[in-house]
Amino acid sequence: MWQIFHKLGSPKWFFGIASTLMPWLLWIGVALLAVGIGWGLAFAPQDYLQGNSYRIIFIHVPSAFLAQSVYMMMAVAGLVTLVWRMKLADVFVKAVAPVGAALTFLALFTGAVWGKPTWGTWWIWDARLTSMLILLFLYFGVMALGAAISDEKSSARAVAVLVLVGVVNIPIIKYSVEWWNTLHQPATFKLTEKPSMPAEMWMPLLLSLLGLYLIFGWLACLRMQTEILMREGRTRWVKELVQARGN
Amino acid sequence: MAFDSFGAFIVMEGHGPYVWTCYFVFFLLMGVLAWWSLRQRRAVIARHHRQIGSTPIRNNSPAGASFTRIEPSHD
Amino acid sequence: MTTELKVGLRSPELSVGTATAMKAVFVRDLKTALRQPQDLLNPLLFFVMVVTLFPLGVSPEVSFLQQAGSGILWVAALLSVLLSLDHLYRHDFDDGTLEQLVLQPQPLFLLVLAKSLAHWVLTGLPLVLLAPVLGIMVHLQGNSVAVLCLTLLIGTPVLSLIGSIGAALTLGLRSAGVLLSLLIIPLYIPVLIFGTGTVMAASEGAPVGGQLALMGAFLVLALTLAPFASAAALRISLSNS
Repeated sequence: MWQIFHKLGSPKWFFGIASTLMPWLLWIGVALLAVGIGWGLAFAPQDYLQGNSYRIIFIHVPSAFLAQSVYMMMAVAGLVTLVWRMKLADVFVKAVAPVGAALTFLALFTGAVWGKPTWGTWWIWDARLTSMLILLFLYFGVMALGAAISDEKSSARAVAVLVLVGVVNIPIIKYSVEWWNTLHQPATFKLTEKPSMPAEMWMPLLLSLLGLYLIFGWLACLRMQTEILMREGRTRWVKELVQARGN
Repeated sequence: MAFDSFGAFIVMEGHGPYVWTCYFVFFLLMGVLAWWSLRQRRAVIARHHRQIGSTPIRNNSPAGASFTRIEPSHD
Repeated sequence: MTTELKVGLRSPELSVGTATAMKAVFVRDLKTALRQPQDLLNPLLFFVMVVTLFPLGVSPEVSFLQQAGSGILWVAALLSVLLSLDHLYRHDFDDGTLEQLVLQPQPLFLLVLAKSLAHWVLTGLPLVLLAPVLGIMVHLQGNSVAVLCLTLLIGTPVLSLIGSIGAALTLGLRSAGVLLSLLIIPLYIPVLIFGTGTVMAASEGAPVGGQLALMGAFLVLALTLAPFASAAALRISLSNS
């Protein structure tokens, strides 16, 4: 049983797995995203309240959903770093934090632009958009702290502590949504309730979401490979791999 | 199709600029992220390659002695 | 510089109880800070000056100040606490006392809790005591001033506790001050939101018991969780330096 853990902790093993997985993640992800967005843009019916601007939802919701999921994943990885000292967990966090930040920015940007035709303002300080902004700050904090500490092990553990502290903040922020009047739409997907959108709208949304998840998986694998190569440059397997790849 | 014509698709009854700006920025940012990440990986491999000191194998290196170049550490 | 910290050596017969150690840390921090009163006055002056900036920079009109007053005071208090977090651990870090603290047999998180509470007594509590004066200066109604002070009373310890995590994480790093602010301000935002929201609800006449209870829940959460995170961060930072 411990063999599995040992394998999971091995950067070399992960590098190989990533190389195998990446083409699948990328192409299936792109396909799903393309179908979802194409369907949503061209074929889904108009929203009776918002007209056509709601079509932004097909990239806004996946971005927002992923932005939050990625932070959760980073928190789990942080826990693994602190409890089991697994190097790969920190590799994940370092690799993925900028992606999460980019997704958060996209969620904010698309949310803001969507707000203009819908509510008449470019920005509204409601709890939902504001909590997304705070999430962006949390991501920047993680990136800044990681960059500020030069020792690899200390950096890994400090960032892990910070991410875990931040993750406690996230339900508090979600709770804020219930406390404040908000113009923002309530969450479209709750796992236990039926979505309030018609199928022609939430199906392309689901496809886009899945597609973006897979694309994220591809990006994560790619960036983790880079991080592993940087850290493990002195090992034999990296040297052999680099030579085999030629230039 | 939810739209009568391609023109109507672009204009989206006035919401066109908002929708298309969002999609443009989305694909732009994701594309830049992907491209930059690929470039980073390639750069790390190239850097390791130089440090190992192997000469490029493919076309134009003469058969003969090669010397190992040791990169001074820049950080 | 001699330390007055009376804690035991590592042998069990000579080590003191945890409560005694906590009290010793608490008292020592207070005594050390009181030896240099300017360190205490600076955050207070900063508080007053920042509040003063708003009537000067925006508008001294009663209507504006009444509406924005609670927010101005809360933001100023938050920034003052942020400014003062640096010397929570810095002095002890510089003279080696912090390493001694970490090596003590008593649980580190409790000693950290004692330090954070001392920090609050030195920083947050004076802010709470000064708040009524400033509340009057920004033309807050009597009821609002009372609620404001209450929210500050409950909220500033949370700020000290959360801040201690950031201070521990950035200990010894270059440009620690700015980095600390960057890390901590997002974590402060929920406290700020509910602090000011409570006061605004009070100024409109709405009941605030629920919101105050919620802030109390924040405090309990911070009291129970923050010291663990700070202790972990301290160990990491000390192993790094």
